Amino acid sequence: MKAFLILLRRELALAWGNGGGPLLALAFYACVVTLLPLAAGRAPERLASLAPGIAWLALALAALLSLERLFERDFEDGALDLLALGPAPLEAVAVAKCLAHWLAAGAPLALAAPIAALALGASPHIIPLLIPCALAGGLAFSFLGGLGASLALGSKRGGLLVAVIVLPLYVPPVIFGAGALDALAGGLPWTGGLFLLLAYSAAAVALGPIAMAAACRNALD
Amino acid sequence: MLRAIRIKDLSLVRGERRLFSGLDLEISAGQAVALTGRNGAGKTSLLRAVAGLLRPSRGVIGFDGEAGPLEAEVARSDGLHLVGHHDGLKSTRSAWEELLFQTRWTGGSEASARAAAKKLDLDRLLDLEIRRLSAGQRRRVALARLLASPRSLWLLDEPMAPLDAGHREGFGALMARHLEGGGMVLAAVHDPLPVPCRVVEVGG
Repeated sequence: MKAFLILLRRELALAWGNGGGPLLALAFYACVVTLLPLAAGRAPERLASLAPGIAWLALALAALLSLERLFERDFEDGALDLLALGPAPLEAVAVAKCLAHWLAAGAPLALAAPIAALALGASPHIIPLLIPCALAGGLAFSFLGGLGASLALGSKRGGLLVAVIVLPLYVPPVIFGAGALDALAGGLPWTGGLFLLLAYSAAAVALGPIAMAAACRNALD
Repeated sequence: MLRAIRIKDLSLVRGERRLFSGLDLEISAGQAVALTGRNGAGKTSLLRAVAGLLRPSRGVIGFDGEAGPLEAEVARSDGLHLVGHHDGLKSTRSAWEELLFQTRWTGGSEASARAAAKKLDLDRLLDLEIRRLSAGQRRRVALARLLASPRSLWLLDEPMAPLDAGHREGFGALMARHLEGGGMVLAAVHDPLPVPCRVVEVGG
């Protein structure tokens, strides 16, 4: 546990230190949200109906971009050897890295999501649901993205490959989250979508690290 | 504390290529072994196999503790250090931050990291970012964790290649002290090790 905390602190320091990773993700998020009205037309009623979905989708993309090099950096500079030989199993290393990513990028993005949704004209009463959806969804995005990043280790075209591996896995949380938000906006029962999202996130957190550790061992071999 | 490692009939295959086969090697407490051989002979791969990062295609690597054979995973998680070509240091962090992380991750303390930095003559470099250091200085930062968190088996890949003459001598003395204390060294080298050692040719 002590080793886990030591690693978590380092990963957080790396995420914040390297040219302000979270700020960059937030800037990217703002750009995507700004592009939408330019692409989809600026009729307020159309934007308002798209707002929760777009805030949500942009969240997935922003998380994905910042994840690409989650393992690659450590693989290239040899730090992954050191992490593999440490006191904690690689599964715990994977949890620490994904959790640090979520704390450094996912959580700030989740807090920015309501602002983006409101700016696009979403009705304020979906905000109390949007924040927990974005937090839980972001957790799933981090762990699934970490899985993609670990599977793409050592490949030349890592970035695109990560997106191709990960985006299909992002489909269920996007559907559940956007569904819950849509249902709430339309006055329908919305708890089902939220619970499915939470369940999916829990599964990603529980199973992702096992796959990530296996992928890292394979890359080191 | 590891007392010995035993490598029996080891074969390593990388991709389609067989690096070596039938390698036998025993190292016990206080001994150093220098691995020599041409480039690409499999010296680095052998070190990584001992560290458990590579799966050998045949053969066994066993570890003995004070009370007999140890489970490999246990032995590796607190019995050995691997310092390779890549030093695992993050270029944007300061030398002290990286040394402290590597030390604490491998079970040492802040005080032991300070002491190790002193022994490797790093005191004046600790506040600098890793990217400002020369290759030799970076290697010394990487080597410092060997002293900062004591483990019995040192797996070293060309440990002294970037070091200057003075620091080679200094590191030789540190290695000699490690061996006196019952430690073991397995090093891939092209230049002779500055301590009494057995030389094993890999892939000859």
